[in-house]
Amino acid sequence: MPISLSPMMMRQIIMDHYENPQYKHAPEGDLSRYEQVHMDSANCIDDIIVYVLVKDNRVIDACFDGVACTISTSSTDIMCGLMIGKTFDEAKYIVEQYNNMIHEKEYDANVLDEAIVFMNTSKQAARIHCATIGWDALDEILEHHHHEEK
Amino acid sequence: MIDPYRIRKDFPMFENHIKMQGHDLVFLDNASTTFKPFAVIKAEEEYLTRFTSNTHRGDYDLCFANDSKVAEARHVVGHFINALDKEIVFTSGTTMSINFIALGYAAKYLTKDDEILLTLAEHASNILPWYKVSEMTGCKINFIPLTKEGRLTAENLKKVISNKTKIVAVAQVTNVLGFVNDIKEIAKVAHEYGALLACDGAQSVPHMKVDVKDLDVDFLSFSGHKLCGPTGIGVLYGKYELLEKMDPVLSGGGNNVKFETDVSVKYLPAPAKLEAGTLNIQGIYGLVAAIKYLEEIGMENIEDLEKNNRKYAISLLKHIPDLVIYNEDAESGIITFNMKGVFAQDLATYLNSKGIACRSGQHCAKLLHHFTGELATVRMSMYFYTTKEDIDALANALKNGGNFLDAYFA
Ligand SMILES: Cc1ncc(COP(=O)(O)O)c(C=O)c1O
Repeated sequence: MPISLSPMMMRQIIMDHYENPQYKHAPEGDLSRYEQVHMDSANCIDDIIVYVLVKDNRVIDACFDGVACTISTSSTDIMCGLMIGKTFDEAKYIVEQYNNMIHEKEYDANVLDEAIVFMNTSKQAARIHCATIGWDALDEILEHHHHEEK
Repeated sequence: MIDPYRIRKDFPMFENHIKMQGHDLVFLDNASTTFKPFAVIKAEEEYLTRFTSNTHRGDYDLCFANDSKVAEARHVVGHFINALDKEIVFTSGTTMSINFIALGYAAKYLTKDDEILLTLAEHASNILPWYKVSEMTGCKINFIPLTKEGRLTAENLKKVISNKTKIVAVAQVTNVLGFVNDIKEIAKVAHEYGALLACDGAQSVPHMKVDVKDLDVDFLSFSGHKLCGPTGIGVLYGKYELLEKMDPVLSGGGNNVKFETDVSVKYLPAPAKLEAGTLNIQGIYGLVAAIKYLEEIGMENIEDLEKNNRKYAISLLKHIPDLVIYNEDAESGIITFNMKGVFAQDLATYLNSKGIACRSGQHCAKLLHHFTGELATVRMSMYFYTTKEDIDALANALKNGGNFLDAYFA
């Protein structure tokens, strides 16, 4: 994904994922196969559950459901798409790069794909939480697994 | 009419030309907290630089000076709301005041057959303490229906109140819809049924003349920081015989005469009984200065100016396409709205990017969505230092708000 994405295109990507999220639904079939983390926010409207299906150190499926604002919906939707099929190590690397980007540190844009549309979130500090809420949930699940593997 | 441009010179937050996102700050979040005039800062500084010492803890002049200051403060606050000095309890703010009533009075006297009446428009601080009482005593919590518009009326109270009702706890001005409730009538109805009226004055006391005797409220709670005073200081007013009946929620130094090894305690009389621990003396200095400052301007003048501002703001906002206003006919300086198709938080972020401070979300009134059907709204709230330019800035930003996500790509 080129860094030279115009503001117009960035806005379009966020709105697309907000208006037509691909992964905003509860898991199909047996819910108990999924890891889930509930996240909410005192400041924003967000109140979501992130579901992740893992097998053999890999993210097999990811989705989310609940009440969420534009930024948290689209950032979580983009995240789910990015993560499906990734190994834990790959997924952890992507989460790390995303957080680096959000907090204005050096980051590897190559692995973030559309998620780079949130590169300027730090300018609206009050919304950092919206842009990271789904990612934090996933990170928690990855962390949890990491410990279980050991 | 008072001149907000002259008044602004009294406030360092204006004199310092504070910027937000590169713009001159337009502060329209006065329902959250308010700016402090130099007089308040000076008063606090005076405590810190000339009068530092505790109260009623020693026999020296500095201590005595602070004892006198606290006594003066009780008098200033009492006079401000037409209460007796001894009916004023210093707390950390509205939240603590309401918790004191709930835990120190209601939890002591209510039983499972009793009922507390609230409304869906109340702030969390005027709901959760009562939930706690219900948890502790088994008493019922019920909600007085609001009118279609979102108002609390004495008429609707009459529909639900009964002899089981022991406490009616409502705000004089609600913090999202901003209607001014007729507390005098509501108190009258409550009293006809033998219930007490606990009034949340957080949004009313800073903006209008509040006279506890005239309203005949049993309790009134408010915060210093919403009336140009410091954070961390607030007031609980209670009719004296009620304060006497209350248990101290906090106990310790300064609230007792003596205690023995057999766990017996003799508390000081109210209000001292309810003020355990070192007071926020610095805050009390600031609160006194804030109230004197407001009184000098005149509460009627403040009310008039805010009414005018409101009229002006509504006249502009009404004509903005796609802007939905939830409380067009409210009386206070609070206007709550949404832009069709725009998430409230995104709208607030967009306003932030223009230097305009408004609040979005549920504003702590987390039950109100049952009434409005909206999970989140944007709220602008004014004070007597709000200018037409502030309102113009908001209206202009909203007019051009089609590209609200621009805030992320500036
Ligand atoms: C109506 C109402 N009640 C209570 C409170 C709580 O006030 P504080 O946070 O100062 O205790 C507020 C403040 O937002 C309020 O608006």
